[in-house]
Amino acid sequence: MEYIVLLFSEIYKILYVLIPVLVSVAMIVWLDRRIWAFVQKRRGPNVVGPFGLFQTLADALKYIFKEIIIPASSNKIIFILAPIVTMTLALIAWAVIPFSEDYVLADINVGILYIFAISSLGVYGIIMGGWASNSKYPFLGSVRSAAQMVSYEVSIGVIIINVLLCVGSLNLSDIVLAQEKIWFVIPLFPMFVIFFISSLAETNRPPFDLPEAEAELVAGYQTEYSGMMYAMFWLGEYANILLMCALGSILFLGGWLAPMDIPLFDIVPPPAWLILKILFLFVLFALIKAIVPRYRYDQLMKLGWKVFLPFSLIWVVLTSGYLLYFDLLPVY
Amino acid sequence: MSKQTKTLNLNFGPQHPAAHGVLRLILELDGEVVEKADPHIGLLHRGTEKLIENKTYSQAIPYFDRLDYVAPMNQEHAFALAIEKILDIEVPIRGQYIRVIFCEIGRILSHILNITTQALDVGALTPSLWGFEEREKLMEFYERVSGSRLHANYFRPGGVHQDLPRGLDSDILKFCNEFPKIIDDLETLLTDNRIFKQRNVDIGIVSKDDALDYSFSGVMMRGSGVPWDLRKSQPYDCYEQLSFKVPIGKNGDCYDRYLCRVEEMRESVKIIKQCLEQLPKGPVKSQDNKITPPPKKEIKESMEALIHHFKLFTEGYRVKKDEIYTAVEAPKGEFGVYLISDGSSKPYKCKIRAPGFSHLQAMDYLIKGHMLADVPAVLGSLDIVFGEIDR
Repeated sequence: MEYIVLLFSEIYKILYVLIPVLVSVAMIVWLDRRIWAFVQKRRGPNVVGPFGLFQTLADALKYIFKEIIIPASSNKIIFILAPIVTMTLALIAWAVIPFSEDYVLADINVGILYIFAISSLGVYGIIMGGWASNSKYPFLGSVRSAAQMVSYEVSIGVIIINVLLCVGSLNLSDIVLAQEKIWFVIPLFPMFVIFFISSLAETNRPPFDLPEAEAELVAGYQTEYSGMMYAMFWLGEYANILLMCALGSILFLGGWLAPMDIPLFDIVPPPAWLILKILFLFVLFALIKAIVPRYRYDQLMKLGWKVFLPFSLIWVVLTSGYLLYFDLLPVY
Repeated sequence: MSKQTKTLNLNFGPQHPAAHGVLRLILELDGEVVEKADPHIGLLHRGTEKLIENKTYSQAIPYFDRLDYVAPMNQEHAFALAIEKILDIEVPIRGQYIRVIFCEIGRILSHILNITTQALDVGALTPSLWGFEEREKLMEFYERVSGSRLHANYFRPGGVHQDLPRGLDSDILKFCNEFPKIIDDLETLLTDNRIFKQRNVDIGIVSKDDALDYSFSGVMMRGSGVPWDLRKSQPYDCYEQLSFKVPIGKNGDCYDRYLCRVEEMRESVKIIKQCLEQLPKGPVKSQDNKITPPPKKEIKESMEALIHHFKLFTEGYRVKKDEIYTAVEAPKGEFGVYLISDGSSKPYKCKIRAPGFSHLQAMDYLIKGHMLADVPAVLGSLDIVFGEIDR
């Protein structure tokens, strides 16, 4: 009996995080399309519900009722597993995101490593999908995305080391609390820029959307997918984008903290600040999607390994040198 | 132990989002590097040339709209010029100016589409939607003058079908004053964009000699630095009276071709403005009623006009025995019509020289050694429309 109560209270806690995340994924898809449309002098989705807000729900409904086509030559088990993996991994990473000082599902002391591990696993969904399709376009798409995500994972890792040096803890709440005096975006601004660009690459957003480059690869690894399985890739992708925005706000923009310590800002609940920051980063994501062309595969690899990686490594040396010299290293 | 590697054969098209129509391109890939590109054509073949043989000369004009459907009137122009040359008809000055105005509108139509789809092919979606806004305005001009947005059927041997409707000239002028600003906007998105440059500079380079050897024309030729423009070298209609520059490129890569097209659009705007300023009054088509139909009003009153009308729309006009090649500078390059007439009212043979055909044949030469992602970029800069290649 005790276990059942525990189980239900845990499920309740999980749903308490999961449902807001899923709803905001739906809203964010709408926002993305709207921003995109406005840049292109279009109206975007504006029919279903007020301002077209329910468009994503309508789309999801459509996908649910569509027939799922599994290619005859595909490896059926892996083919079905791939979108499930993508979607699951995109959602479980939210477990450690702190929305305020006490509103976090799992306050583990290696939170940042956990997120890093989960987002690295994300590439499996794409590789499995592309490989199991047993078709040329998905194959090329998944090979590209494996290379891309692994390369940018490395530079994100090095960037995070910069932040960790300043904090002295891997716990996400500690990282936020360390920014009470000054947000890391100010001292580590170049790192913030590189983190932002790397997270574009990590989530396969333009200008790094090579895995699904429609100009040459039709739809990349998603080419053979249809119906709800396609929708799961798509939801997983947006959940990942939100996650990267949340990570960016936690690492550099002070998480749930208000911009300034004035009483007026205390009226706003802390999670609202985090949501505002996530939205700000997401609008940047959406604007970039609207205005840039796409990198070529070799240019993308060059940018990742020859520009971002050395630069962020040098910055690690600079940060640690600075902290050592002025004796600012955090002590625990 | 040596490892055997096999190249990957990839069917690029005919159902592919970036294949520009119904091109079937068979690519041999070594990883991402293209080893061989083999374009297959003919999926849009409609037998235009053969069909024209069974139609009277005036019935053949609409077929020319359907070749390069992005700039229809430029093709009609070549056909009209061919017949005019055989029959030795003078086109009234106003008719010539109207034809030039609409040829240049066609050039802008085609270049907007090409520039923005080239951007689309390298992944930038926004320019194409900005460009389509402007194309819509231009197509409205087409509609106002001919009643049709796309397949105009407006040019006739001896002039154009009818005069400009009231207010159209001032509206075109208004467009000409606003359009350079739009080009500037498009350029801010593309010309100095680092990613756009990385994707286009040094891609698909054509040297001067190779451009000549592959019988390129139009922007493909000028991009490689050959100042060849039929409007300058063998001017037709009133191009001699107009002052305009012919932009040429330096390196012959995709980026230079893009820049050439942007500059050509600016020049076209200048040409249209000059035409509108100089536009004289008078008839718009030859007054020889054996070739052009008499006004409807006259048919009710004059016996002769009735006979002319009846003959023109049943048998058509006879063209004396001759053969001729005329070419115009269409937006995509040299568009030529080789016409053999046998004295009847139907052409004996009408061979069409489509610029895109000779551009597409160089696909293998252009793309060899480049990466898969460059295929759409090069294809976009070739400016291919399958209506004219497959005919």
